[in-house]
Amino acid sequence: MMGTVTKMELPKERYGLRMNHRTRKQLWCWAFIAPQLTLLLLFTAYPIVMSYIYAFFDWNGYGSPKDYVGLGNFVETLTDPIFWNAFRNSLLFMVSVVVIQVPLALLAALLLNAGWLKGKVLYRTIYFLPVVTTTAVVGLVMRFIFGAYKGVVNEVLIKLGLLSAPVDWLGSIDTAFMVVVLVGIWKSFGMKLVYWLAGIQSLPKEVIESAKIDGASAFQLLRHITVPLIMPVGSVILLMSAVNALHVFDLVKSMTDGGPAFRTDMVDVYIYRYAFSGNGEARVGFASAAGVLYGLVVMLISLAFGLLVKWTGGRSKTRL
Amino acid sequence: MSFGKKRKSAGITVVHILLITLGIVWIYPFIWMIMSSFKTNSEYIVSGINLLPEKFQFENYARAWKTAQFSVYFWNTVTITVSVVAIVLAVCSLTGYAIGRYRFTGRIALISVITALMFMPKGYTIIPVYTLVNKLGLNNSLLGVILAEVGGAHTLFILLFAAYFRGLPKELSESAEVDGSGFVRTFVQIMLPLSKPILATTAIMQFMWTWNAFLMPLIFTLNKPELRTLGVGMYQFVGENTMDWTGMAAAASISLVPILAVFIVLQRYFIEGVSGAIKG
Repeated sequence: MMGTVTKMELPKERYGLRMNHRTRKQLWCWAFIAPQLTLLLLFTAYPIVMSYIYAFFDWNGYGSPKDYVGLGNFVETLTDPIFWNAFRNSLLFMVSVVVIQVPLALLAALLLNAGWLKGKVLYRTIYFLPVVTTTAVVGLVMRFIFGAYKGVVNEVLIKLGLLSAPVDWLGSIDTAFMVVVLVGIWKSFGMKLVYWLAGIQSLPKEVIESAKIDGASAFQLLRHITVPLIMPVGSVILLMSAVNALHVFDLVKSMTDGGPAFRTDMVDVYIYRYAFSGNGEARVGFASAAGVLYGLVVMLISLAFGLLVKWTGGRSKTRL
Repeated sequence: MSFGKKRKSAGITVVHILLITLGIVWIYPFIWMIMSSFKTNSEYIVSGINLLPEKFQFENYARAWKTAQFSVYFWNTVTITVSVVAIVLAVCSLTGYAIGRYRFTGRIALISVITALMFMPKGYTIIPVYTLVNKLGLNNSLLGVILAEVGGAHTLFILLFAAYFRGLPKELSESAEVDGSGFVRTFVQIMLPLSKPILATTAIMQFMWTWNAFLMPLIFTLNKPELRTLGVGMYQFVGENTMDWTGMAAAASISLVPILAVFIVLQRYFIEGVSGAIKG
């Protein structure tokens, strides 16, 4: 209302200034965007382009890249069994985390949203606690908790009679991966819990109420109302969980550094090893090629989940 | 009827017992870490699952804080986190305001670029970021780490700000302009104070990420111990002092206790902020 009134009250002679006024607003808009745009171009767009260029050079990171090797780095990556091992581990880690963590977090969220449960805030706080902690530090603390000698886990399991001798959880080929997955699930569980809670709380209350009035049991409510309605949010949570899990780095680097015998090696750790190896033999070009290839795989996986989001979200307004 | 009620309350008790047991297991690593930091090294080695120290030792903290330089790492982390949060708040609110409130030439293109950058396969962009910071001559300063940390596509935050500013009534800025307030003053004095919920959400999430960042600070401080952050300092400490268990526990506590304290005080806003950002 007010807008139209002011326009009408503008004196005629100021109309010449109106174009000017509009241009000035445009300039202000771009001035507001400029800082963000500068940072974005320098630290996101330029690095993306450069990582593709580096991938075609044999380069140790010093000076400028000169030795053009064409697809050499890509061929080498694709024929390196250690790369495929890391690739398989990354996928396995992602699948384990997504399959175990996401449904359990949904269960916990349904429970921690129930009207009859007291102390919800305290429980949510406790389960969210690992999320806010520095992963690298957590990884190091876990080294001691799962330590072979006098590690807490061993002590407890021996006291309970479940183990007869201490196990070197992180140093043994059979258990290291499992422990990394367990800690990974523990670390980010609270985040998924909060995502699910947000999803559940955004469901239309009227639908749930009317189903209750119609005499739906708790299970029927869950099966026919809550789960179908929450599917669109759920697929976004799946997407985010998967992409995050595919880029696990801090936890592995600090807990096992990829060992023992590359059993917990992940692609991000593999790339780091080549890009920043301490003894002056960094292979930046090769690491970039591995990064580019892996980036494409992650994008394909995101795309698949993105289609799932679109498919499940088609009939619902709930979206992120 | 009363039998059913009894069964129901028994069920609730069972759920509580389960949740509490799981909760104790959940936070046990934190309790263990803090308790270990008060033990002597020899006590630590034999103590196993015994949590309580015989006598609370504080020299582990003194050792970690002074000798192992954790005071330096602590202030580095604070400097980086505070700067990154401040810069991200500034640039994202400015961008969100322009996008959400105005139709200007290139607006759609800009939104597309910001969104696309979030989904572009980044490869290992850390390498070019590192070489770029070197080229800018910032490799020996905290500023390098700060710039590298704020340089990401903060798509989520920008879109949150844009949606929020778009939702504010048009009359607000128009009447301000009639009263003679310019573009910048309208933003600073009227719009920005109104966007407190988004400012808080952005601050909280960015704080969490930056305080916990590892890869970027690790790379930028590989040869510069004086620039390490707490996480990196802790990591290097373990590599250098494989015998000082309780010193490590103290160092870990120094790294984690501040963020845990911030979280416990602000936990309601923390969790609401995060879930608010997803609900969008």
